[in-house]
Amino acid sequence: MSEPELATPLRQRAARALGDRFLKQALDIATTKFIDLRRDAFGDFPEGEALRDRARAIKEATLQSLDRYVDQLVDNIERLGGHVHYAATADEARAIVLDIARASGARMAVKSKSMATEEIHLNEALEAIGVTPVETDLGEYIIQLAHERPSHIIAPAIHKTKGQVAELFAKELKREVPADPEVLTRIAREELRQKFLQADLGITGANFAVADTGTVVLVTNEGNGRMVTSLPRVHVAVMGVEKLVPSMTDLMVFLAILAKSATGQKLSVYTTLVRGPRRAGELEGPEDFHLVLIDNGRIAQLAGPLREALYCLRCGACLNVCPVYRQIGGHAYGYTYPGPIGILLTAMLNGPRSVKDLAHASSLCGACVDACPVRIDIPRMLIELRKEVAEKGIAPWSERVLFKMLAHVLGSPPLYRLAGPIGRLLQRPFTRGGVIPRLPLFLGEWTRTRDLPAVAPRTFSERWSALALEADHAHTESAR
Amino acid sequence: MTASVRASLMITCLGDMFFPEVGVAIVRLLRRLGVAVDFPPGQTCCGLPLFNSGYHDEAAAVARRMIPLFRNSEHVVVPSGSCAWMVKHEYPGLMKDAGLRREADELARRTWELSQFLVRVVRKTRFTSAVKGRITYHDSCHLLRGLHEAETPRTILKDLQGAEFVELPASDECCGFGGSFAVRLPEVSTAILDRKLANVEATGAECLVACDAGCLMQMRGGLSRRGSKVRAVHLAELLTDE
Repeated sequence: MSEPELATPLRQRAARALGDRFLKQALDIATTKFIDLRRDAFGDFPEGEALRDRARAIKEATLQSLDRYVDQLVDNIERLGGHVHYAATADEARAIVLDIARASGARMAVKSKSMATEEIHLNEALEAIGVTPVETDLGEYIIQLAHERPSHIIAPAIHKTKGQVAELFAKELKREVPADPEVLTRIAREELRQKFLQADLGITGANFAVADTGTVVLVTNEGNGRMVTSLPRVHVAVMGVEKLVPSMTDLMVFLAILAKSATGQKLSVYTTLVRGPRRAGELEGPEDFHLVLIDNGRIAQLAGPLREALYCLRCGACLNVCPVYRQIGGHAYGYTYPGPIGILLTAMLNGPRSVKDLAHASSLCGACVDACPVRIDIPRMLIELRKEVAEKGIAPWSERVLFKMLAHVLGSPPLYRLAGPIGRLLQRPFTRGGVIPRLPLFLGEWTRTRDLPAVAPRTFSERWSALALEADHAHTESAR
Repeated sequence: MTASVRASLMITCLGDMFFPEVGVAIVRLLRRLGVAVDFPPGQTCCGLPLFNSGYHDEAAAVARRMIPLFRNSEHVVVPSGSCAWMVKHEYPGLMKDAGLRREADELARRTWELSQFLVRVVRKTRFTSAVKGRITYHDSCHLLRGLHEAETPRTILKDLQGAEFVELPASDECCGFGGSFAVRLPEVSTAILDRKLANVEATGAECLVACDAGCLMQMRGGLSRRGSKVRAVHLAELLTDE
């Protein structure tokens, strides 16, 4: 599926984001707040570290036998009267949901926040068959009004200031709206209330699905998830197949760390457990329940270099701490999933070509690993992707030649020894007082904003023989 | 105990070409502490730039050359956390041959970033500062999160005579260097640097200390471009006799 943002190269997309002062302000406030909240949440929770290890171990073990757990989940959901569909690709997943929508006769679908439905570009497809999708999560509602995409995994409208949201609402409702989050939320709630009652179809993602009980779990804060799963006649949950957990006991481990990592809450306000459709005697819940499990490149990574990325809980903690994400926000990445984990997921879903530049959109600082509730080694996999990009000839030939030349010099001390004298010769016209304020070619990318140190008049290697003598001298002195 | 300690300096490419004074300071410092220092010839670069950009066969070739140079070293001292991380963390995995791998494991065990070597091997933590006044410290990512070392630089800096150590707000945040990242996405790299330098200037420190040549290149380049009075120095340049 085409991504409109990708017409411009990554570097320009990033530069454009850097020039947006509203974005800068919004990102700075939100990510700083998330970082502090997360730190405090784990600070008050001494068992947190052990639970993170345990959660990781559960993920590892579950993915070892994923097929068995999928079978178990399918059996249990079917026993409860629900339906499970398996989609190998995004196209298949979309087709499955559209079939369900058509069969339900729905004209409107209410949705709770879901990255999986973003991944399969569901909203456009629903519109095309005459079903109006209505996003009911406040952040999603905002970006739907703005005709934008989520720019953060858990805070889709993180890139907007409250002033911008007020302007957006004012334009939509054609009246004055104050930039007050409480008022804005109330307006959204009033607008959405009617939709919940009208919609025949409810579409959600899923944070987890529990294999041995057939429970689909939604972790939300606004209560809209509960409305979406209980009011419409039909409920469809769309979930990446890797989000399955074996048991309720395992689920508790994840619930104990998910909200802390995401928003710094001990638990989210709502944890909704859905077990199949409404049963006889129950007063609410859908008549029909469907779970769509998406592969879309995931299964291939069970034995692939990106396997660990399948542990991801979609908490967004790695985005909040990423120095790159904090500067450019989510849209500049250009794909559904932004941030450090997003680069890995993009490669998983779209192949290595899609991350030719994105794989390098990281300083490899490792802050993401520390923040990740299941300690996914994101920098390691980014390096693996860079390797794939280099080895498969996806990287530009000029870059490959440059690195091969560098490797040649670093592999040969005689050549390396020439680097000092040659560097000094070449830098002569550019050097001012020991630093280089401006250089041509790719080094100019450095010197546009930073001075470059000049190659020293004598390198350390060139100074060593004199230094070695100092020691001998001192030695003779002390021996005398 | 220091009388019997021997150490080899792994100068690293950036240290060799751009910051030889750091290497000189380390050699003199260690000698004053009674450490016998040598500089095995034939050194080039640890290979981290190749490794991080995905050129792993090439990085492995560089590592295969470097490992035997330090075969007889009791300890290997590296002035950059990132290069020390490369040797300790990545060299073994790059060696396909079992014998070389064992040798890489051995080298990994004997390799130290400078502050670690001073505190953990030489057990010397008290120095007099070459710079008087307020100093602050930037945690380089590879030393902090790669080698899990936040302690040894602070042990030294907090005890540094003649200087007043203050913590840098968000000292654990990246400076935006990231090797080739700094020229692939220079605008982003610079934006991250600006944030770092704003924090540095807010401390009122005259001197910013780091234990990594990459971070120093980035932060010094940014400071000098903005005409800041703050000096970015390597830890070794600060440490004079007690």
